[in-house]
Order: sequence, then structure tokens, then C-alpha cells
Amino acid sequence: MTRLRARKVQPIGPPVDEPVRTMSVWVPDWPLVAAGVDSATPAAVFVANRVVACTAAARAAGVRRHMRRREAQSRAPSLEVLDHDPDRDARAFEAVVHAVEALTPRIEVTRPGRCAFPTRGPSRYFGGDDALASRALDVVAEVLAAPVAVGVADGPFAAAHAARTALVRANRSGGGEPPVWVVAPGRAAEYLAPLSLGALDRPELADVLARLGLHSLGDLAALPAADVLGRFGSEGLEAHRLACGLDPRPPATEPPPPDLVVSAELDPPAEQVAPIAFVARGMADELHARLDARGSVCTRIVISAETEHGERSERVWRHEGALSAGAIADRVRWQMDGWLHANVRQRPSAGIVHLWLHPDEVVAADGRQLGFWGADTGAADRAVRAIARVQGLLGADAVLVPEYAGGRDPGEQLRLVPAAAVDLGADRPAARPDWVGAPWPGRLPNPSPATLHPDAVPVDVLDARGRQVVVDGRCRPTAEPAALRAGRRRRRIESWAGPWPVDERWWDPERRSRRVRYQVVTDDGAAHLVVLEGGRWTIAATYD
Amino acid sequence: MTGGAEDVASVAARTTPTVLARAQRLPVLPALESLVPGGGLRRGSTLSVDGSAATSLALAAAAGPSRDGAWVAAVGFPSLGLLAAAELGIALERLVLVAEPEPLLPGERADAAAWPSVVAALVDAFEVVLVHASHPVRAADGRRLVARTRERGAVLVQVGGSAPTGARWPEGADVALTVVDAAWEGLGEGHGHLRARRVTVEAGGRREAARPRRAELWLPSVDGTVEEVLPEPVPLRASRGSEIA
Repeated sequence: MTRLRARKVQPIGPPVDEPVRTMSVWVPDWPLVAAGVDSATPAAVFVANRVVACTAAARAAGVRRHMRRREAQSRAPSLEVLDHDPDRDARAFEAVVHAVEALTPRIEVTRPGRCAFPTRGPSRYFGGDDALASRALDVVAEVLAAPVAVGVADGPFAAAHAARTALVRANRSGGGEPPVWVVAPGRAAEYLAPLSLGALDRPELADVLARLGLHSLGDLAALPAADVLGRFGSEGLEAHRLACGLDPRPPATEPPPPDLVVSAELDPPAEQVAPIAFVARGMADELHARLDARGSVCTRIVISAETEHGERSERVWRHEGALSAGAIADRVRWQMDGWLHANVRQRPSAGIVHLWLHPDEVVAADGRQLGFWGADTGAADRAVRAIARVQGLLGADAVLVPEYAGGRDPGEQLRLVPAAAVDLGADRPAARPDWVGAPWPGRLPNPSPATLHPDAVPVDVLDARGRQVVVDGRCRPTAEPAALRAGRRRRRIESWAGPWPVDERWWDPERRSRRVRYQVVTDDGAAHLVVLEGGRWTIAATYD
Repeated sequence: MTGGAEDVASVAARTTPTVLARAQRLPVLPALESLVPGGGLRRGSTLSVDGSAATSLALAAAAGPSRDGAWVAAVGFPSLGLLAAAELGIALERLVLVAEPEPLLPGERADAAAWPSVVAALVDAFEVVLVHASHPVRAADGRRLVARTRERGAVLVQVGGSAPTGARWPEGADVALTVVDAAWEGLGEGHGHLRARRVTVEAGGRREAARPRRAELWLPSVDGTVEEVLPEPVPLRASRGSEIA
């Protein structure tokens, strides 16, 4: 693939284990900036009912990441609630990346809102890291009104934190200082040492280390690398290397082999995102099959596209973990979306004819232990493909997967969400019982009914003298239930328990519900959950 | 995405002298082992579950494979008690529910084309596929589905229907489980709550499952699991006073 880019000249002998000097450009609270929300408006973006990003105004009111929606709204009652839209974020960020591209090619997009590039060349050209940084601020300020921070340090990790430091200092000085922070070459470890372990963004590991008495990156860096590897495995070693101011992995001794490059011709030329995304999905799958066969994963990928008129879009995408096939396809879509919908000057003048996926950094797949003989790690992938076929036959909403939700009745404690809305290949904490942390007093005792009746079956619950059983304002029944009558059929109630009252959402006139529940076993041995609400009895569930 | 795993699997297949019987079976919960031949659900077989506690028993039958990492699909169960499924041991992160394919035109027989295609697509990828007996299936479609199941190594489970064995799949289910007796315990007259159910299950079927088997099970037991009834069960009395967890 010499057409794509010149291969780096490899030095003779083992490469130096030294991080590349990097500049990180960071737009804080990017999802909100992309949504066009002013930082003075309290607003937050939610995923699965948790805050993932919020504006400065919301933060000042006490809203934090990972907070539940209700708690966030209680702290900032006028909070504007926004949906998470990664496509919008990536599309909007393309303009920023394009602006930074005026300084240097090969911008690496870590995630929408943050990009990085090696400073060696541009820094010399513009006259030093400081000059380059203020230049970067200028070019971004031309396209973006939101605050931006720039950090320069050895390695992307330290640079990202330098950008954070820059923002904090600029805010503290009240706008007196530019939001730029440059860590001198070779001083990354020193700069990182006082930072807390939370900076690693590995909460589980940080929790264990904190319990061992290690509280800062400096504490971790002071440990011998071999001991960290022995005790915490590859994840611990990566964290240790980061804390020492190194790249998370030692540099690869050889470049990724060219046979991993996947390319495709688009005929006819594509002017819309959809056909490109479709081709990209197939290419990503093929790339993944090749990586899998080598036992490798890709952590950084170059996505390039070329139009009929020779215009090119080339982006480097990095991921902290490994890029899955779906993640690669998403990134192609983001990049193309941003390019094809850019303003008139930057937009390509013709359709896209060529697309390349070029894995730039390939490492051994050590994160996941494959099953031994016969264990089928592809089961989830196969299931996802089968689901896609069924969705094609019946529609996207016909395939549902369960997720835990809070509630008191068996039907409320789990809800069904369309399979199209979740990533089945990934870990889904919402499908585990510990997802609902809060207790729900008034839940029915186990075991739960195996059949629910969504359209509750109307019945009559009669007492020994054939009168309907009802309850008074204090939920006291008028008599003991003795028979269950559905239409013409009538069953004697052998045993029963209740009434178990529930008075929910009394503040909400639309959704309020006040009801009592009984468990009954009829003379044919069947057990039912019967509910009295608004004077009407129904069978809500059957224990079959 | 499966290249490496497939390579390893193919090497394993070449180096294994014979195919081990247990590799051809999906594990079931220990309590159900005595009911199915070989102590597991043979891949590529059909199972029918029937009787008064059919739904729970079918969920319990799927729980063993599900806990072992299998994916489970259920077609046409709009009213499945998911909480009960989780309590019986099904891993909800690997459970997928597919809506009943609706007839294209009102009055038309439940869509003749979509249902078999949907089940066939699921059998390709899922280890256990639960189908509801209320759906009419043409004999030719049934034959094709059974053949597809056999080829793909899935287990097709038909739930409920109270039809005699053999009415549904052309040759009858390979293993047929029927709940002949079920009694709840724990509920009194105005006190207690449902705690455990004692069921008697009869198993029959074709070929290796032809010999009738019978087992008494707690479905579920007081601690929510599925257990065999021990020879001398301790009588369980209804607890006094209603308890709401």
C-alpha cells in the first residue's frame, strides 16, 4: 500500500522505549458543545439514566458524572436533559479536526472532543511547543466558540492530562492565562506523579491499589514493573507504564504487515454515507477475521477515503481497548459523515471511489482468555447476525432483550428493549440483577410467576356467599376470598394470601396506581396473582 | 471475528480420536439429569414440554445450557415471566425474545412464510430455541425445521400445547417432558406466600429416550433452585403471617 503513505523508516536495532511528544487538543464537555448548548445553561447528556457529560453550570449546581437522572434533577431543577448521540458528536468534531489539520496531517482522534498529534515536525516549523500550542488555540477558535484546552507532553496520556491542567489553571486565573500547559521533555513522570489513580480511568484497578495504600500515580510508578506484572497482569503493567510516563505498551518491533490493509473500490462512486457505511462494515469484518487469525487486536487505525477528483480524507483513530469490527465501522461512518456534510469549502466535490482501513498499531490479543477446546467465543457474533436476519423479516422492533428496571410487580422489574438499541456483543450490566441497586419495598416474594398477562384477564373474586370481595380505604377486605370466576367457569380458592397493598405515584394523576394483590391457589392446583384496582379484579400473572 | 476460535476448534476436532458423547450434549440442571437420556440435551434434538407447569419446566430445561454460555431465543412468548426465567437460572444477557410473526392480512392463517423462516434463522445461531405450541405449523415446515435443527446442533423446545406427543413435529419430539402433577406449598388461608412447588414429571420420547422415566422435583424449591425431591421430604408448613420481601 505504498499509495497510502510512506512507510516509517525503522531504525536499526530495537526501537527506543520512549513516548512520542504529543499535543492534545481538548474541548471539555464535547457532547454538550456538539448539541449546541451554552455552558451557562444547566444541561446534561444521559446514557441509561446516568449522566455522562454536563455543562459547567450544571457542575456548579452539583451534577456529576455517573449520577442518576433523578438525583441530577434534584440538584439542578432546571436541568436540560439531552440524549446521547455519538454520531452527532463525531460529525460536529470533524470541523475541529479539520481546523487542526492546517497545522499537521495525521490527526489522531481519541474520541469526539479530544484529538492528538505528534509535535516533533510542526513544533520545529512553528518555533516551539508554546508557539504551536497558541497557534492551535487560534485555529480552533476560528471554528468553535466553546473553550478549548491544549496540553503538550511526552506521550498521549500525559498530554491529555496536561490539557486538563491547562483548563484548570486558565479557569483559576480568570482568563488571564491562556489554556495551554506544556510539560518539559523527559518530565512526564514527574508531572504525573501527584495525580490520583483515578486518572488511569480503570476504577477497579484503582480501587484495589487504593486499598493497598497506593494513592497517586507516583506511588504506582515507584513499584518494580516486574512485581506489578506478576500481581496485576497485563492491565497492571499498562497502568504502571502510563504512570511512569511511558506509552501503555512497549513499541512494536515491526510495523503491522501490509496484508492487514483492507481496501475497497466503490463503484458507482458513493455520495451518501449509507453505502459507504455498508461497505465499511464488510471491510471491518474482514479485517477482524485477519487480525483474529493472527491472534492480534488493533488499537489504532488509519481510515482513508479518496474521491474521483483525488481529494482525500485521512484520519487516525485510537481506542484505549481494542477496536471491534463494529467500532471500526462506526468510525468510518463518523469520518465520512463529517466530511460529506462539512461546509462547502471542505466538502469533497465528487463521490468517494476508494476506501482503506489501515491498522496502524496492532498488538497481541492478551486481554481476553479464549475458551479451551470447543468453547465458542463466536456465539455472540452468530446470535447478532441471526437477530439481524430476524429483524429483516419482522422489523427492527420484533426482537427484544430484557433489562432490569425498578418496580414492585413482576412485570415491572424487567423491561424489554429492542435488540437494535443495545450492543449484544458487549458486556451488558443492565441485564444483571445487581443493576437495580435500590430496594423496592412491596415487591412480591419469590418465586416469580412464569407467565404474565399483559392484557390482564378480568375475573370475579367472590366470598363464601357469592358476593364480590372488595377492600375499604384502609385496604381491609370485606370478606375472605372463596372462589374465582372467569366468565362461566368458577374455581374454588383453596388457599390465599393478601391483601398486599401498593399505592404508587400518588403525586402523578396520569400514572398513579392504588391496588391490592392476592396470591391464590385454586382447586385445580393453579396459582395466580390476582389484583384489585379501581374496583375490578384481574389475573395479572399465573405461576405455571 | 471467529477465525482464531475456528482454527483452534478444527485442530481440536482433528486431534480428538472420537467425538465424546458429552460434547454432543448441552448440560442441564443437575435435578433434570435423570429425566433426559445421557444426562443432557442432545444437540440437534427436539424437546417438548407440556402440562400444568410447562413454562417453568421449559425455562428450567433451558437454564442449564444458558448458564453454560448458550444463547437462548424464545419465539412468540409475549407474556413470559422474565423474572421467573432469571430465578430459574437463565442468563438474561443471553436471552432474546422474538415477537410472534403476525399474519400479513387479517383473517389469514398466522403468517405461513415468516414463522418458519424466523425459527430457522434462530436455529442457525442459538443453542436453545423455545417456540410456543399455539402456533400452527405445516407438516412440511415442521420437517424442514427439525432437519435444520439436527444439522445445526441446536435444541428446539416446544412449550405447552397439551397435544399428544407427535402431533407437532412429524415424528414427535425426541424427548417429551410432561408435568403430570403439581402442587404449591407455602400458601395458607390468608397467610404465608407461595414458596415451593412439587411437581411430578414424566419423560418419554423416541429412540434412546423411549424408556419412560419419572422424577419428582421441586420447581422451584424454597430457595428458588430446581431440586430433586429427596426420598423423605421434610413437610413444609405454611409460614405464619404474610411476608413481603
